[in-house]
Amino acid sequence: MLRYAFARILGAIPTLLLVIAIAFLMVHAAPGGPFDSERVLPPDIKENIERAYHLDETLPQQFYRYIKGVVRGDLGPSYRYRDFSVSELIAGAIPVTMRIGALAILLALIVGISAGLIAALRRNTVLDRLVTGIAMIGISVPVFVFAPLMVLVFAVTLKWLPASYTGSDGADRLLLPVIALAMPQIAFIARLTRASLIDVMNSDYVRTAKAQGLKTLSIVRYHAFRPAMLPLISYLGPAFAAVLTGSVVVEHVFGVPGVGRFLITASANRDYTLVLGITVFYAAMVVFLNLVVDLLYAFVDPRVRTR
Amino acid sequence: MALLDVENLTIRYAGSASPAVENLSFALARGESLGIVGESGSGKTQAALAIMGLLPANAKISGSVRFDDAELIGAGAAVLNQYRARRIAMVFQDPMAALNPYVRIGDQLRRILLEHKLCAADEASARTLLMLKKVGLPDPERQYRAFPHQLSGGMRQRVMIGAALLGEPDVLIADEPTTALDVTVQAQILYLLRQLRAETKAALLLITHDLGVIAGNCERMFVMDRGEMLEEGTTRQVFATPDSDKMRALLTNAPTLSAIGMSGALPEGGDPVLDISELSVSFSEGRLRGRERLLAVRPISLTIQKAETVAVVGESGSGKTSLARAIVGLIPIDSGRVTFLGKQLPAAVSRRRHDSRRDLQMVFQDPLASLNPAMRVSSIVGEPLRVHESGRKNHAALVEAMLEQVGLAPELSQRYPHELSGGQAQRVAIARALILKPKVVICDEAVAALDGTVRSEILLLLQAAQQRTGLSIIFITHDLAVVRQISHRVLVMYMGRLCELAANNALFGRPRHPYTRALLNAVPSPDPNAEPANAPLPGEVSSLLRPPAGCPFHPRCQHAVGACSASVPEPAAYGGTIVACHRATELDLRY
Amino acid sequence: MSALSSLVRHARSSRAVTVCATMLLVIAMISLIGPLISNHSYFAADFDNRMLAPTMTGGHFFGTDELGRDLLARTLSGIRVTLLVAVIASLVSLGIGVLYGAVAGYIGGRVDGFMMRIVDGLYALPFIFFVILLMVAFGRSMLLILIAIGAINWLDMARIVRGQTISLKQRAFVDAARLIGVSTRGIIFRHITPNLLGVVVVYMTLAIPQAILMESFLSFLGLGIQAPQTSLGALVSDGVSQMEQASWLLVIPAVALAVILLCFNFLGDGLRDLVDPKGNT
Repeated sequence: MLRYAFARILGAIPTLLLVIAIAFLMVHAAPGGPFDSERVLPPDIKENIERAYHLDETLPQQFYRYIKGVVRGDLGPSYRYRDFSVSELIAGAIPVTMRIGALAILLALIVGISAGLIAALRRNTVLDRLVTGIAMIGISVPVFVFAPLMVLVFAVTLKWLPASYTGSDGADRLLLPVIALAMPQIAFIARLTRASLIDVMNSDYVRTAKAQGLKTLSIVRYHAFRPAMLPLISYLGPAFAAVLTGSVVVEHVFGVPGVGRFLITASANRDYTLVLGITVFYAAMVVFLNLVVDLLYAFVDPRVRTR
Repeated sequence: MALLDVENLTIRYAGSASPAVENLSFALARGESLGIVGESGSGKTQAALAIMGLLPANAKISGSVRFDDAELIGAGAAVLNQYRARRIAMVFQDPMAALNPYVRIGDQLRRILLEHKLCAADEASARTLLMLKKVGLPDPERQYRAFPHQLSGGMRQRVMIGAALLGEPDVLIADEPTTALDVTVQAQILYLLRQLRAETKAALLLITHDLGVIAGNCERMFVMDRGEMLEEGTTRQVFATPDSDKMRALLTNAPTLSAIGMSGALPEGGDPVLDISELSVSFSEGRLRGRERLLAVRPISLTIQKAETVAVVGESGSGKTSLARAIVGLIPIDSGRVTFLGKQLPAAVSRRRHDSRRDLQMVFQDPLASLNPAMRVSSIVGEPLRVHESGRKNHAALVEAMLEQVGLAPELSQRYPHELSGGQAQRVAIARALILKPKVVICDEAVAALDGTVRSEILLLLQAAQQRTGLSIIFITHDLAVVRQISHRVLVMYMGRLCELAANNALFGRPRHPYTRALLNAVPSPDPNAEPANAPLPGEVSSLLRPPAGCPFHPRCQHAVGACSASVPEPAAYGGTIVACHRATELDLRY
Repeated sequence: MSALSSLVRHARSSRAVTVCATMLLVIAMISLIGPLISNHSYFAADFDNRMLAPTMTGGHFFGTDELGRDLLARTLSGIRVTLLVAVIASLVSLGIGVLYGAVAGYIGGRVDGFMMRIVDGLYALPFIFFVILLMVAFGRSMLLILIAIGAINWLDMARIVRGQTISLKQRAFVDAARLIGVSTRGIIFRHITPNLLGVVVVYMTLAIPQAILMESFLSFLGLGIQAPQTSLGALVSDGVSQMEQASWLLVIPAVALAVILLCFNFLGDGLRDLVDPKGNT
């Protein structure tokens, strides 16, 4: 197990390097430099700026400098927000993004797993059909449709909740963004849990447990729950990625000052270093979370663990 | 008074014309052993599941199952759970699937004790350990913490039996408990069941397709076919004077070693068709680092004559299937030569010449898997013609004639494989193998997936083809009764090595290798009067990744001496028999 | 070919599949025929008729936007663009995925291990951010969107096709064909491909909603389809900015997008259950 964990951690490093390289190359292969776009600068000023941003170095040199920075947590200066470094900008926005993201995942796990378990154990009842129906809608309606519609209903029409994150100081400002972000994940997790538990409950070893006179509740608790959760654990990686993606939309719709909103403004401003920095940050998050998920999986499945 | 009383039990499934079980009535007295014998689809497992209340929700059940005068049909789970484990327990066929792969062995057993409050919570672990010891698990403390995949098949089935006996039930239902196991392990499990029953006095309901298993383990029995009971009585009585045609057919087709099968080897000096010389095969196991060699076949030599059938027999891990696949070139070989009709063949099938491919064919174990699901029977059987005889135009007629030869109606030629029964599918596979009139056919467990009667028909079909065209057959099997019936010579393999190569009569009359003898002993005899074997061959096959030094069989061999663990015995000739055993000359093994 | 024809036969017997397939066909037809009948274009501004609410009379059934453009015409145009992008992108991912998966699966061994390592690595990436980066760096263009979406979605297809190829390759009927002397080409075309078709069709139906989602997401962020061209994502994005004054501008395209996605998902789900009842692939 330890060796497996060590191998997985080591394996994540080249992935991360590759990701940074691709993102870096994309930005630097872009036609025109970051300062070409607006007005024409005098050559000497342009030269100064380029030197300040090390744009006069060769690409490998720049990449090496960038990697060195990343290791120290320095993602370089922002091209637009002259007074801040990219790292400072991201660091300032991380807490709110994290809070909403973590709450959404938590909500999705609690609601999704419970709904899935209930639907599977009450298979083919009204309750089951309700859960599967809502879940189907949940996976089909994208966050950027769901979030504005929620604003329209709960904020604009009913006026129960603030339409914007900045419109309130209380916890109520978190409610709509978290639900909007969690909704598709609730749906995916509920479907996955249901299908997986049904599968496990039909297995030979659950039949054995029934023959041994175990109550349904005991069977679920001691025999079925753990294997039924395995597909869910594998799904957690994509779920984290989807929540990060969704957070861009949710932050945009609700005006949350998080990392995702920076991404949108930065892409509108063509702030290359900021977009690059945010991409690298997100990628690192996803690679890291996938690593955690893999280790979790190995921990839960004895056949991986005892290999 | 009967402990378990089944009356007019009928089980139907929506969408199925005939009931799975119809009007089944039988009784089981305290301490008695009752066998149910029948082929697949006879409804025997359905009946057992009905008693346990384990049928799926879409099954419609009528009739009555009374246990100790309480009605179990229609009873709720709460009522049933008072009987399960404590009064009736069940052992299932496939112990790998029946044990939870995610829960430690000990915890699975302990849970039964806790759920039924069979003992104080703090004694549960100790009671579990005691049971693991009782069912013969070596090192029970370690196995307690093991997961099912870390145990061998035999050990898993021991665990299943231990789990069933934890609640000290009055009735133990065992559904094909040894079908998934090797024959020497089967003997161990049946021996264990007999021992435990003598001790616990539990009644036994033993479900099996194998008359040998019934004969040695049940006092009474009944026969089922297509959901109905055909006859019942004491085992001796049913075996001696069967009433139904089905039972007579089962007896005729029962695997038995005493039947006179082939008379023995063909006269020596016939045309050698296929010569295998020092062939060895290995696989690499595991991931990049820690990669190990699995030595599947150690150098083996064998020559097959025209019109000869050589059976290759062994248990799982013996390398018999790898040998077959290496001969036809489906897997790479480490060393050795395959000479076919006087010419050495390249190792890989893709490098072999067209004509050698048409003359060397194979029939696979799972008939359905060996037929392309997207092709109709006619194009499957006709494909060899398209490849090898594209010039000739009468393909359709040849296919039709071939189908007739293997006993398939012409209207089947437009069917897809999934529309065929197992026996029909295997006939199609045989038709495909035979249509080019090959010189050699290798049958890899070709009848293992088939029921007794169908199995006999397929074997007859192959023998007829042999008589007609002088076909040579290599028959890979684990089933000694089949070997007895169809082979001229027999090659016995253990852990990739040759143990013994002998003529049919010589092998079954005077086995020279201790392993051969153990194998023969392990086959349950379909004769209720035969004395059940008392001390089965101990232990199980060692890991192929870490084979024991010396003779691979020595850890299980009661005749082993120092030399056996020191060096690998070389195959040597004793009369017409080739034996690889250090003590071949001293031992006189009669079984 | 039987795998495909039996899929079609089964599909006809499933109500959900039939209903969804019909609805999608009808939606596609209307979006294609609509512009021929309607006398409003999706791009012509009409400043006298700005922000009209939907009405049964007066010609603007779905109302108009802040430039007085007819929302019905714009929605139909959006559906057209969205479907077109999704189908083309899915075909791209289908092409790459089937080829990659089949090659990895058929060759097997180390080549397969290496090829699938790459796929696993790519899977772990938050691709959408790379697409955003791509759009920022190279500017928006239809071609780039197609490439970007295709480049992401082929991963699923490659995995499925590889898994299926490996399981087919290991089946005894392929061994049997090799022993008979069927050539590698014959094995691939006669024995493996026909058995892949059903699965490929099913996962194609599941890849399309993925592509729709991605295109709309990009358009919603203003990185996708450019004005005056529009797509459902872009319309939803416009609607969000106007929702307090003119909720129909949000609700109508949002519902259209949701219905299309729902239909595709139901269709794909239903077909998958038919091909692979236990969801093993």
